[in-house]
Amino acid sequence: MSAPEDGDRKPAADTKPAVSIAKKQTNRRRVLRTILLTGGVLGAATSGFLPLIYSKKQRLRPPGALDEKDFLASCIKCGQCVQVCPVQAIKLADLVDGMGVGVPMIDAREQACDFSCDAVQCILACPTGSLTYHKPEFMPVRSGAQLSAKPILLAKEKDAEPTLNLNERMGVARLVRPEACLAIQGKGFKGQTRGPGFKGKLRYMDVDRWKPIKIADHPYDIAECDLCVRECPIKGAISIETVFAPDGSKRKSPVVHEPCVGCGVCEMVCPVEPTAISIEAREVWKV
Amino acid sequence: MSDLLKRRFREQIKIMFGWEPAKPEKISERAQEVHVLKRMTNKQDLQAAKAHQRAHQETSNKWRNRRWATLIFANLLFTLSFALDIQILEGALTASRFVGFHLIDLNSALQVMLAHKHIINNLLIGTGTVLVLWVLLGGRTFCSWVCPYHLLAEWAEKIHLFLARKKLVTDQTMDRRLRTVFWIVFALLALLTGYTVYEAISPTGIVSRALIYGPGLAMLWVLALLFFEVFFSRRAWCRYACPIGLTYGVVGIISPVRIKYKLDGCFHEGDCRKVCLVPHVLDTVIKGRAVEPEVPIGPDCTRCGLCVDTCPTGSLSFEIKGLQKLL
Repeated sequence: MSAPEDGDRKPAADTKPAVSIAKKQTNRRRVLRTILLTGGVLGAATSGFLPLIYSKKQRLRPPGALDEKDFLASCIKCGQCVQVCPVQAIKLADLVDGMGVGVPMIDAREQACDFSCDAVQCILACPTGSLTYHKPEFMPVRSGAQLSAKPILLAKEKDAEPTLNLNERMGVARLVRPEACLAIQGKGFKGQTRGPGFKGKLRYMDVDRWKPIKIADHPYDIAECDLCVRECPIKGAISIETVFAPDGSKRKSPVVHEPCVGCGVCEMVCPVEPTAISIEAREVWKV
Repeated sequence: MSDLLKRRFREQIKIMFGWEPAKPEKISERAQEVHVLKRMTNKQDLQAAKAHQRAHQETSNKWRNRRWATLIFANLLFTLSFALDIQILEGALTASRFVGFHLIDLNSALQVMLAHKHIINNLLIGTGTVLVLWVLLGGRTFCSWVCPYHLLAEWAEKIHLFLARKKLVTDQTMDRRLRTVFWIVFALLALLTGYTVYEAISPTGIVSRALIYGPGLAMLWVLALLFFEVFFSRRAWCRYACPIGLTYGVVGIISPVRIKYKLDGCFHEGDCRKVCLVPHVLDTVIKGRAVEPEVPIGPDCTRCGLCVDTCPTGSLSFEIKGLQKLL
């Protein structure tokens, strides 16, 4: 840039400092880079929505969780619920688990919530109210999620206060593969359910009330399989009933009742692969 | 505080939001005297003084070592509290309990409040505690003294600088206003979508959880960021992107803990600006820029102490505002 020949220069304060072409180019590149970084970061941030859109897989949340949308909004992803769980049932979601990296979930088949803490510790630990005993008034409970009565914890049945401080179910157990169910086939079960390498733990009252042990360390020998009923921690949630098969023959079958909270112990202990009974996460009780 | 420092104080806040520092319009008489004296000093004498200072320079890593020890200790306390079940500091950096007392990260709390639009007592208590804590300790002190990503990025920066010396990479700078834009965008995303969108990519949260609960695939994103910082843009995440840094920066506006610059002994060689994560806060050390003989450094400063360690003349030091008066 050359100065005007007649020497009629403007006062320095009025003109912007001259910018060289090279500098302009550098600036332009800088703007481009900045835009690129913006795109990259926002792209990564919103990629969490993708699994949400194309997969509607319902994940089992810890007890007392708010409805999914509110749960994801309020969870601060600190993992304090993970830390207090005596059986480490709660895991944190990863990148591939959809919206919410770091939100807690339970894979009941691997490790169910067996309420061996007696007091739903994870709800107590939650700092943001994502897991809560009492939902705020403006977040009404889905019909059917509300339990008709406080669940009675079998382990506490003889205590002065036998109930579990839980008002809504996490899901509902359902016999998804009745054809595989040992009870329906009239078969018994002997040995370690889920095999010797299985790491899942369960509280056995006749072993130690305060120390859950590996279910692999607690082999069974049962004439007619009723593991799901036998180990269910909630009173009256599931029972073996006599039912009639389509051909009219009498069969024994596990039947889920209204008190079921969806903890997933039945799914964890079911000896057949894949499981005959499983939890429908966030399912409500349908009459 | 003089009017000039008040003006500078306001400008430093703007600079934190992404404006570029400018030459001061007015400089106090006392500072101007020093500037003039420095110009008048015989060139040879000045060179000799500089050389003398350099010859006697002690390279110290005092503050860096203290900081790394603090950072590692804090994160280790999280890890061990869970791993050994000693229950001192339960949770992760986003939210935790220190011997039962709630602590909640300000930016995470903000995201949750905006997304959920409902605030429970524990959240409020934890956020309040942390707010008071970081107001006292210096705002972005969180970044350099606690954030585990900061330490990883510091190591990545060393690799970047090594490669830059070998002329294999060059630092691609970006517009610092981007961080403010991100802050607003992520706040709006939380408010409008009802998801804490930022938490999905927050390297602070991801690394903290990885240290405590074991690494997951989300660490790939952190590695990608580090890769970007090594090969393209020095400290890009902390400088141009991280909204957590801005949140704590705002807290640091009123914090008494800060770095103080003394004009007297400074040779204006710029060593401090070379090691600084946020060199725009050190614009005052440029020759002729200091508006007063003593200038406090602005809120975007992470109080990491690298400049204090590296300054050959002791012109930069930690200061706790008001403490001198109190004593």
